[in-house]
Amino acid sequence: MSARPTAPAAPPERADGSRTRFAHRLWLAREFGIVVALGLLVLVTAVDNPAFLSPQSLRDLALGAAVLVVLAVGQTAVIISRNVDLSVGAVLGLAAFATGKLLSSAPGTPTAVVVLVGTGLGAVCGAVNGALVAAARVPALVITLGTLYAFRGVDHSWARGQQVNASDMPRSFLALGTRTVLGVPVLAVIALVVTLVVGFYLRSYRSGRELYAIGSEPVAARLSGIAVGRRVFTSFVLCGALAGLAGVLYAARFGTVDATAGTGIELQVVAAAVVGGVAIFGGSGSVHGAALGALLLTTIGSSLAVLRINPFWQQAVVGGLILAAIGLDRLLAVRAANRLRGRSSHGA
Amino acid sequence: MARDAVAADVPEAPAEPAAGVLRSALLRWDTALLVVLAAVVVLAGVLVEGFASGRNLQFLLLDVIAIALIALPLTLIVITGEIDLSVASTLGLCSAVMGQLWVAGLPLELVVVLVVGLGALLGAVNAVFVTKFALPSLAVTIGTLAAYRGLAFVVLGDQAVADFPFRWTDAASSTVADGAVPWAAVVAIALAVVFGVVLHATPFGRSLYAMGNNAEAAAFAGIRVARAKSWLFVASGAVAGLAGVYWTLRFASARADNAAGLELAVVAAVLLGGVSIFGGRGTLPGVLLGVLLLGAVRNALQLADVAADTLNVVTGGLLIASVVVPNAVVLARARWRRRGRAA
Repeated sequence: MSARPTAPAAPPERADGSRTRFAHRLWLAREFGIVVALGLLVLVTAVDNPAFLSPQSLRDLALGAAVLVVLAVGQTAVIISRNVDLSVGAVLGLAAFATGKLLSSAPGTPTAVVVLVGTGLGAVCGAVNGALVAAARVPALVITLGTLYAFRGVDHSWARGQQVNASDMPRSFLALGTRTVLGVPVLAVIALVVTLVVGFYLRSYRSGRELYAIGSEPVAARLSGIAVGRRVFTSFVLCGALAGLAGVLYAARFGTVDATAGTGIELQVVAAAVVGGVAIFGGSGSVHGAALGALLLTTIGSSLAVLRINPFWQQAVVGGLILAAIGLDRLLAVRAANRLRGRSSHGA
Repeated sequence: MARDAVAADVPEAPAEPAAGVLRSALLRWDTALLVVLAAVVVLAGVLVEGFASGRNLQFLLLDVIAIALIALPLTLIVITGEIDLSVASTLGLCSAVMGQLWVAGLPLELVVVLVVGLGALLGAVNAVFVTKFALPSLAVTIGTLAAYRGLAFVVLGDQAVADFPFRWTDAASSTVADGAVPWAAVVAIALAVVFGVVLHATPFGRSLYAMGNNAEAAAFAGIRVARAKSWLFVASGAVAGLAGVYWTLRFASARADNAAGLELAVVAAVLLGGVSIFGGRGTLPGVLLGVLLLGAVRNALQLADVAADTLNVVTGGLLIASVVVPNAVVLARARWRRRGRAA
């Protein structure tokens, strides 16, 4: 909305000497904060009910967070470039239903093919978003609000009220949602791999780092020769593909899919990213933070249940958390700006 | 978001000379909307059985009133370059509180006053975060969107309060002189006039455009940006509270999930109405036309037995078209002009 200049919270590697250390500390502080919050939450809950730390309970937690983590990682790539993708919930729904439909009509389809189809479908949706945003030069908020309706509408008119049940899907596919590797659910492993791969891409690849440059100052990025349109397009395709993948994971986890899968999840995804320290106006944040944010939101849900607090409080807590996170973000940015100013006035 | 992508190198259409006044009036978004709305109404009246009946028009109006109400202050907010996504949650929380207060035995007149006041208070919370802490309104109101909806569930759980007096619930859909125009629409029109006059005929209204174009410059010009924005968020909350009262009485049901997701429909209507998401541009009549157009299209398609899902595709398509088309026109014009200069 308002293009309020945010204080520079640049990725660490860019700045020089002392600033690097400081920015690095800032980074640590940002993600450290979520880890502390998460730790406290788990601690309090575990004190109340030690069973919260049982392997089974932790597995459930990881399983519950997996879909949200995958979505939040994709969203981060888009938000960093100063865009947003509100259509992820609809893309998830579409991919989940496509998965169910494919498996119920051709039960023999190998799981790998199903994953590819779902991810590919998501990528196509992402490409539509990206093309509209990048080529037609229209704000992402509006475009993806439009495609949120459109994709969901396509999903509904395709499903026509049908539902694909677990009994329609082959056991081999559903195993994806229940199987564990060394005690860790496969879905959580997938989410972790996605986080690490995308995190590595954003941090270490030129095209990934350019997304940060675009997000911090789009005009400067364009003037310095970055293919802004193409990079933004790529980030939307990535986000869409991951939303598609999340749809497949959703189908595997719940087994029952109708056209309403993932309704309203877009706000949770944006919330996870924001809580995880991804600045909503672009240019700073990491997928690891967003993944932690997703984990925190999921943990709040189960903690409230364990602590026997009215589950209706969950959403209110999430809202409060978002406000706290952006407030903290602002505080850190202001402090960073003050400190930088103080340093230069000392003549360094 | 992506302000640069549009603003950086797409030139604004320059002020037309006097000869171009008529042409530019025809090219104005409001005019285009009016033409499209008229076309939709005429086409639907001819093609869709029952569309033109008084009863249907009454339902159409009753359906769009909540959106129209909330869209009024939101228009002003978006023109200043901010946004309020918490409106539907405010409506829900106000509805839930209304239910609890009624159950607690308060007279309904008092409940209504309290609920509208509560809405103003919720808007004030947004205002404090946005103006005092200087946080982006998009992020703040995504936060309060979740928080207020959550509180609505805390207040009322997943129950419904439905035993409002018939006299009141009936009043929510009663019509003027038993015609097609609901009393609620009269209230909405009156409010629209108030907001329209404030936006288009007062220095305060003009200052909103200045803020949307350049908040810093507006501040230098002596406009109290923070104070103006604060008032708008408070107004947005109060109107959302009023819409909550209307919603509750119309459906005779106070529920925590009332109007869930409505914020997207309202934003869609405001943008379709020609308000720029970057601020600084848009008119209130345009927004009302946008609200009516979305409502009429959905109503006509529903009557024509088009599935509800297709309606979403249409809504989304209209929204995208409303931002892509003007941009495409501006781009095409700029290209045409450049070519003309080169020749």
